[in-house]
Amino acid sequence: MNMQALLHQILSGLVNGSMYASVALALVMIFKATHQVNFAQGELAMFSTYVAFTLIEVGVPYWAAFVLTLGVSFAVGVAIERFIMRRFRNASPLTAVIVFIGLLVLLNGLVGWIYTYTPQKFPSPFDPSAWYGTIYMSPHEVGMIAVTLVVLAIVFAFFRFTKLGLAMRAAAENPQSSRLVGIRVDWMLALGWGLASVLGAVAGMMAAHKLTLEPNMMSSVILYGFAAALLGGIDNPWGAPIGGFVVGVLENIAGAYLVGTQLKLALALFVIIAVLLFRPSGLFGRTVVVRV
Amino acid sequence: MASAEVPMAAPAATAGSTRRVGRASRGLAALFVVAIVLPFLVSDYYVAKLTQVVVYAIALVGLNLLTGFSGQISLGNGAFYALGAYASAILMSKVGLPYWATPPLVGAICFIVGYLFGRPAARLEGIYLALATFALAITTPQILKLDALAPWTGGNQGVQIVRRVSPIPDQISHDQWRYFFCLVVATAMFVIAWNLVRGRTGRALVALRDHSIGAGTMGISVASYKAVTFGVSAMYTGIAGALGALVAGFISPDSFEIFVSIQLLVGGVVGGIDSLPGTLFGAMFIEFVPDLAGKLSKAAPFALYGVLLIVCMVVMPGGAAGLVRSARAWHARRSLHRTRS
Amino acid sequence: MSKRNGFVVAAALTSFIGSLIGLAVVCSVLWAAGCRKGSGTPGITATEIKIGQTMPYSGPASAYGVIGKADQAYFQMLNDKGGINGRKLTLVTLDDGYNPAKTVEQTRKLVEDDGVAFVFSSVGTTPNTAVQPYLNDKQIPQLFVATGANKWADPVKYPWTMGWQPSYRSEARIYGRYLMKEKPGAKVCVLFQNDDFGKDYLAGLKDELKDQYDKMIIKTASYEATDPTVDSQVVTLQAAECDTLITVATPKFAVGVIRKVFDIGWKPLHIMTNVSTSQTKVLKPAGLEKSIGLITAGYLKDPNDPKLADDPGMKDYRAFMKQYLPDVDPNDNNTVFAYGSSMTLAKVLTQCGDDLSRANIMKQATSLTKFVVPVALPGIEVNTGAADFRPFSQLQLARFNGTNFEAFGEVQVAD
Repeated sequence: MNMQALLHQILSGLVNGSMYASVALALVMIFKATHQVNFAQGELAMFSTYVAFTLIEVGVPYWAAFVLTLGVSFAVGVAIERFIMRRFRNASPLTAVIVFIGLLVLLNGLVGWIYTYTPQKFPSPFDPSAWYGTIYMSPHEVGMIAVTLVVLAIVFAFFRFTKLGLAMRAAAENPQSSRLVGIRVDWMLALGWGLASVLGAVAGMMAAHKLTLEPNMMSSVILYGFAAALLGGIDNPWGAPIGGFVVGVLENIAGAYLVGTQLKLALALFVIIAVLLFRPSGLFGRTVVVRV
Repeated sequence: MASAEVPMAAPAATAGSTRRVGRASRGLAALFVVAIVLPFLVSDYYVAKLTQVVVYAIALVGLNLLTGFSGQISLGNGAFYALGAYASAILMSKVGLPYWATPPLVGAICFIVGYLFGRPAARLEGIYLALATFALAITTPQILKLDALAPWTGGNQGVQIVRRVSPIPDQISHDQWRYFFCLVVATAMFVIAWNLVRGRTGRALVALRDHSIGAGTMGISVASYKAVTFGVSAMYTGIAGALGALVAGFISPDSFEIFVSIQLLVGGVVGGIDSLPGTLFGAMFIEFVPDLAGKLSKAAPFALYGVLLIVCMVVMPGGAAGLVRSARAWHARRSLHRTRS
Repeated sequence: MSKRNGFVVAAALTSFIGSLIGLAVVCSVLWAAGCRKGSGTPGITATEIKIGQTMPYSGPASAYGVIGKADQAYFQMLNDKGGINGRKLTLVTLDDGYNPAKTVEQTRKLVEDDGVAFVFSSVGTTPNTAVQPYLNDKQIPQLFVATGANKWADPVKYPWTMGWQPSYRSEARIYGRYLMKEKPGAKVCVLFQNDDFGKDYLAGLKDELKDQYDKMIIKTASYEATDPTVDSQVVTLQAAECDTLITVATPKFAVGVIRKVFDIGWKPLHIMTNVSTSQTKVLKPAGLEKSIGLITAGYLKDPNDPKLADDPGMKDYRAFMKQYLPDVDPNDNNTVFAYGSSMTLAKVLTQCGDDLSRANIMKQATSLTKFVVPVALPGIEVNTGAADFRPFSQLQLARFNGTNFEAFGEVQVAD
């Protein structure tokens, strides 16, 4: 086996994995806060990316558009929680799932209506001839991983070292006790959604250059995101990014050497089902025992 | 805030119910007459559309049994729809069976596959099962395209299905014949489902849905019932798929994208996810409304579906059937007040 | 929202939807009752020609929906000029979401409900395959199908179906021929989309290379349309140490292939399917410098080619786009395609004169001789005959030099 090719596959896998990592973390964030799986995460990310696209089209420089989009994305996430998801917070899983699917379909249709389905070019902020590009990873790919890691680090720091982050964690762990100490749980959940939306936006904007921007852009990524989130432990924020990178590398290795390229998506399905059946808490999650 | 729980649909044994049953059977008879006469009044194109409505209704019964009655959320029934379609196509093209002989076999095959899927799936709670079935639905087209299966499935090329089915094409067109064939199958399947739901099984399923742990302690074998329900649901959806293949005349992996599963979910929800009569409304909805919405804008149907799903959950979580039930209850309360005062 | 208000809204919603459905059914009954006219070809009157079409306006292939839009705009332009032989063209174009089951439904609607004369330029291999038996049974022309699959040229089995663009297989044969002539000892890798489109190219190569196929094609790798990227496959092929790469990918993936091949420092002789040679959609996003040396066999002019700025055919095309489709990018090769195929249809209909029966429409479609489409490359003409159901069988090899595709060699004839 060609070592250089293997290394290449692994590095390529890490690049894909950075996309999955962001999506997975966004999923975990919403799951931890609300115990719901955000089926519309991919479309939300795509929607945010289109916002960035619009800004760039009217002439806003890339990084300014990037930051602005994060802001808009945050607001959209909060708004969705506040005006739609809040009603269904205590609803049956079926109702919640239906609403998420509704959100997925709505976002996809809305973007398709406004922007049409023609694929668009999305720029990369990383100079194609930059010094950090190598034969194995182009500057954009290095940038993708770097930006993802930076954003992840910021998110973790936020949760670990800020009061607000602590309050959010408390609200997710134990809403009732949190209320007793004065934490506004409702707003904490909305914040969680906002942050998840931001993570999705980052994933989308980084990925769009590679995947070309179109309404169905994230549909290929989302399943790997789910697999990654489950693998890492659907309630473990540390596990999600690790799961993401693992799934990325696994996809490439399995596709190139083991099961062939036709079964990559089936591999994601396999991972999801295997984790759910044999180790539902994932590699790093906790097993939760529910009192009846 | 409107209740997000869907109400149970068991009939009460009161005096008023006899009158209700009488009204119901008159309504049913009327529906039957319309169903039989309609294909002779409309063009073949609309007969084909009505046939698709019947097909969707069967598929929705499958979904409702699984999701509405036993509470197992499935976003992947499109996979069983595809399985039924391909099973039927393979039986016809490779084994040489005539089209009318395939439904029972397809039903059996799909039941077995559904049951095998259902046994491990029974261990998965709500949201996780939804996730697993969602993944299954996304992966279905790719599995159908596998080179390894291509000798049977025809791979990307797809499979042509027999189109000339009527023995008396001058009196009854092929479309009309297909319609009646599907109607007969649908009636049989509805009757079976009705009995299932009204009887002990139905009550067990509802108990399972509402409180599976409690149901377990009452002696209902949770895993068993869940797996069997999965099998039955797969059977219904598979037979619908086989009939759907007949209507379309051609199947290929492109016919079974995630959208099929989403369509079924929309139909189930709009009609009433735990209602059998609701499936008819849901089926008509998913067959006719996208065309109407498409006149507004090409992307409109999708956006409309999304809005509708969310709005439905807010104002009518029980779907159209739930609405009818609420109306009856409201009406009953009003007449009760009137008689009192 | 209070329970009662919710109930009211819900009741309103349901009755609205219910009445819409009821309306649809009633309309159909009335139509069926009232529509017993039968004389002449459906869709043809003294003042109108009604044409049907299915397009993927939604779903996974929706990028091609712009073809339908451009067709409609072209017919509008013709109508503004008085139509064809005094008749206006009406295009009824419906969405099938690239779902063959839906295509069947929509095509039946076009034929049985809207009463079109024939179907024109529907997109997609499986969608068109689904309705091919139906249209041929009913003897309705399925004209200028917008896919390059090989199967549309079968005058014996399907005499009412005809494609327009050169078939993928023909294109692949030309690549095979080129390699055998210029680089007989080449070690070739093929990266292909794992569906009919990709496999047609393999078949074409096999047709042309015959017993040399196994010797020359040392490795193939496929990808699924659902894969996020194809980087992994490119790496695998480089490891096989080929010196020639044939890429059969749709634009979205072609971008990634060109980029990756360049980035990993691999410099093969790179042949790209003409489906993915648009500067706007592929070469510019991939990077023009990274695309230098790309070889393709095309038949249409490149709207991005600066050398064709004064070309009369392209000027007319641009004027058309500016006036009738100002919001659509004129550099999209899909719109050039639509312009060309609509023009060909206009020629067929003009040739029909006053006899617009379906049989004659088909007859005229199979009687195109040396018809020049101004947006086609020089030397490439449309020719059809009773046994030749391929309007285009010529392709021109060209190499990308950083600004445009430079033609080289003679115009190649595929079959």
